[in-house]
Amino acid sequence: MSATVTRKVIIRYSAENVDQPIACHLAKKYDLDFNILKARIFPRREGVMVLELSGTKENFDAGVRFMKEKGLRVEPLSKSVTRNTDRCVHCGACIAFCPTEALHRDPGTSMIVFDPERCNGCEFCVTACPARAMSIDLF
Amino acid sequence: MKTSKVRKTIAEINERIRQGRAVVVTAEEMIDVVERHGNAEAARKVDVVTTGTFGPMCSSGAFLNFGHTSPRIKAHKVWLNDVAAYGGVAAVDCYLGAAEVAEGDPLNSVFPGEFNYGGGHVIEDLAAGNVIRLRLEGYGTDCYPSRKQEKNILLHDLRDALLFNPRNCYQNYNCAVNMSDKTIYTYMGVLRPRMGNANYSTSGQLSPLFNDPYYRTIGIGTRIFLGGGRGYVAWHGTQHAPETPRSPNGVPTGGAGTLAVIGDLKQMSPEWLKGASFLGYGVSLYVGIGIPIPVLDEEMARYTAVRDEDIVTQIYDYSMDYPGGGAMKSLGEATYRELRSGRILLNGREVATASMSSYYRARQIAETLKTWIEKGEFLLGEPQALLPSVSPSPPEGRRKR
Repeated sequence: MSATVTRKVIIRYSAENVDQPIACHLAKKYDLDFNILKARIFPRREGVMVLELSGTKENFDAGVRFMKEKGLRVEPLSKSVTRNTDRCVHCGACIAFCPTEALHRDPGTSMIVFDPERCNGCEFCVTACPARAMSIDLF
Repeated sequence: MKTSKVRKTIAEINERIRQGRAVVVTAEEMIDVVERHGNAEAARKVDVVTTGTFGPMCSSGAFLNFGHTSPRIKAHKVWLNDVAAYGGVAAVDCYLGAAEVAEGDPLNSVFPGEFNYGGGHVIEDLAAGNVIRLRLEGYGTDCYPSRKQEKNILLHDLRDALLFNPRNCYQNYNCAVNMSDKTIYTYMGVLRPRMGNANYSTSGQLSPLFNDPYYRTIGIGTRIFLGGGRGYVAWHGTQHAPETPRSPNGVPTGGAGTLAVIGDLKQMSPEWLKGASFLGYGVSLYVGIGIPIPVLDEEMARYTAVRDEDIVTQIYDYSMDYPGGGAMKSLGEATYRELRSGRILLNGREVATASMSSYYRARQIAETLKTWIEKGEFLLGEPQALLPSVSPSPPEGRRKR
């Protein structure tokens, strides 16, 4: 049996393909559990949805292929969340806000560590950071 | 064993620094030294303890002299990158405050305002060598006829640029929580409702005034690390309050001493001066400060070995008590060890903590200062006058305002 993977992806719709019930197909055809973390979708306009998908590696890959065939742009969420290391001063103003501990303090060095793979794109850190070091490019 | 008292002077320590023989440790390292050897032996071994702090410090700013223009102008109004500076100092002098917001900023009209640029950011840009748009307006006099001037400048072009911060380096500061049902936006950061987070802002055991709680060695003329350059303590800071209640170890249990500091902005770097934007509140400036503390005797050895678990601060509600301006009721005390662990216990509940001040940067500052002194590049400044203080004579714990 193939190992289960859990990945967060951003799905970008164009005005032409925004009406497709993508999450439903992912669940039914590819047996993927989905959790909608964020969505901004309007009829006949571009849209964005952030999904956490869990399932076997084959099904996940097949699901992503299916979305791409349908003309959607799919990329890992971690690519859209960035920390500007020149601006970050490692104060830690962000860490109490981060629900997934993607931002956390290294107890040894006291540096603030950012793990984009754990980020769920909530954007709390963007507003909590006084140095404006965090940016998320979703919409 | 011989138990003679240790007595050193700053002049003697400076002589050892010149000879490359001074023993310098950071405030973190001093904890271990005293634990292992005791106060007397530590005082004998160690000459200087270096401290550091890096946090948003309002009450910062810079005096800038931009030189005379042709024709001359009495710059009555001054803007740098659209941030207003106070021009009432002289014809071509101004004071740029870190907390001044750029003109045209929507402020809190769309709440919470973002406050993306202000005086603190201009100071950072100056230190970074970035081009700044200088705009001047005058009313025209016989000696200063020009009424309008505008030009691009660099820090290098300014005749003089002095960072002068009237209140920095707070000796202890409140921990802020929000007891209300809605998110509030404060100078202590975003505070989520129903004690969603507790924000604090000092570097604890590394912080300069925690390591010399009665200001025995820090006074006017003390040479310091300021924004990456060498600066000085100019005076006690505004709101300096040495009479704040203290723990038995002499450390104040709430906001107490402050420092006014001065230094040449041209020596400083944007790494240690960084503009800050507080959502819904305004702008400020992160300032890096490090102060070397001479270990003159056993008492100074004891003071400089203070640990996070021995320093407490008060937790206040910033939704009701603080804005009200009346007497504030402390919700409880927390040690910096608890605060830095990421969780404190308040009213029986675990609350996540967030720091406004960077411990990592504070440690870097203490290490840098240590290196400067070890290399003989930085001598201790002999204070010309000490700051207002209270007597450390017992009973220390009962001192009141």
